[in-house]
Amino acid sequence: MTDKDMRFDYLLRLGDNSLILGQRLAEWCGHAPMLEEDLALTNIGLDLLGQARMFLSYAGEVEGKGRDEDRLAYFRDTKDWRNLLLLEQPNGDFAKTMARQFFFDAFQYLQFEGLAKSSDDRLAGIAAKSLKEITYHRRHSADWIIRLGDGTDESHERIQGAIDDLWGYLPEMFDMDAVDDAMLADGFGVDVAALRPVWDDYVNGVLAEATLIRPADSWSVRGSREGKHSEHLGYLLAEMQFLPRAYPDAKW
Amino acid sequence: MNIETKSELPLYEVFIRSKNGLDHKHVGSLHASDAEMALTNARDVYTRRGEGVSIWVVKSTDIVASSPEDRGSFYEPSDDKLYRHPTFFELPDEVGHL
Repeated sequence: MTDKDMRFDYLLRLGDNSLILGQRLAEWCGHAPMLEEDLALTNIGLDLLGQARMFLSYAGEVEGKGRDEDRLAYFRDTKDWRNLLLLEQPNGDFAKTMARQFFFDAFQYLQFEGLAKSSDDRLAGIAAKSLKEITYHRRHSADWIIRLGDGTDESHERIQGAIDDLWGYLPEMFDMDAVDDAMLADGFGVDVAALRPVWDDYVNGVLAEATLIRPADSWSVRGSREGKHSEHLGYLLAEMQFLPRAYPDAKW
Repeated sequence: MNIETKSELPLYEVFIRSKNGLDHKHVGSLHASDAEMALTNARDVYTRRGEGVSIWVVKSTDIVASSPEDRGSFYEPSDDKLYRHPTFFELPDEVGHL
């Protein structure tokens, strides 16, 4: 891979994370447990969509083949997506959505804190702008973890179950492959492996306050960096990409 | 747990200050389980389009309101006391608009 290819891939990873999670949150629109939370989830989803647009536009320019944000969002198949497996997992109940959100918010906050210091001004700018949004996302999801964990018997059971179900998807966040290493050496990217202890401290604190048990590290799955996804991504893309694929020239 | 608390969270009233130096104004209400959730909900429901720089939330049950039956004794006695309005002063021209 040339340096250009690696930058393109790295930007896709960032953009795809935001876009896929944003799409998942959009599925809650009109279905959240109450109106206030319906708005909160779609607000957060739109924040993520905004991040995705900036990353994918940048990725398209780096690639230099004339693909813009829409082309990258709507005309790639599953094997070309680089989002973390965690983020494409189905919403499940509200507890599962919040557990997924909390784990990622806590990670993305640290990742973007690092990216805001990137040697690349444009990437640093996108990260700094997004970090304000993520600070709020993390507050929102952490509040819910505590509220559900330290809430009723049923809410405790559901959020603990969701955490147990998702735990094996988390190690992938902290993987470093050749692209990550090269981008780190460049000063372009972040050492995500080094974020693990900080992430652990923060997450352990919230879980303890929520009276929840941190699961043991047993199973784990990975593969997103090579485009190996769970079956769920295909269904998500089918819904997200249907319109532009069926009517490629459709205008808003 | 009774049915009411199970189905509905408590109601909060939301006040937003749109700019520094202005007053907080009542903008509406929302449901939340506690004050912290009321604050974040208010942020999401009422400040999405840059409406505010500060939010107050207060439990609706903590607001003491006058009742419509009190209208006579509360407000009507002031109707015939025009001398309480500052309309009898002659302003010197130099003052201009007040």
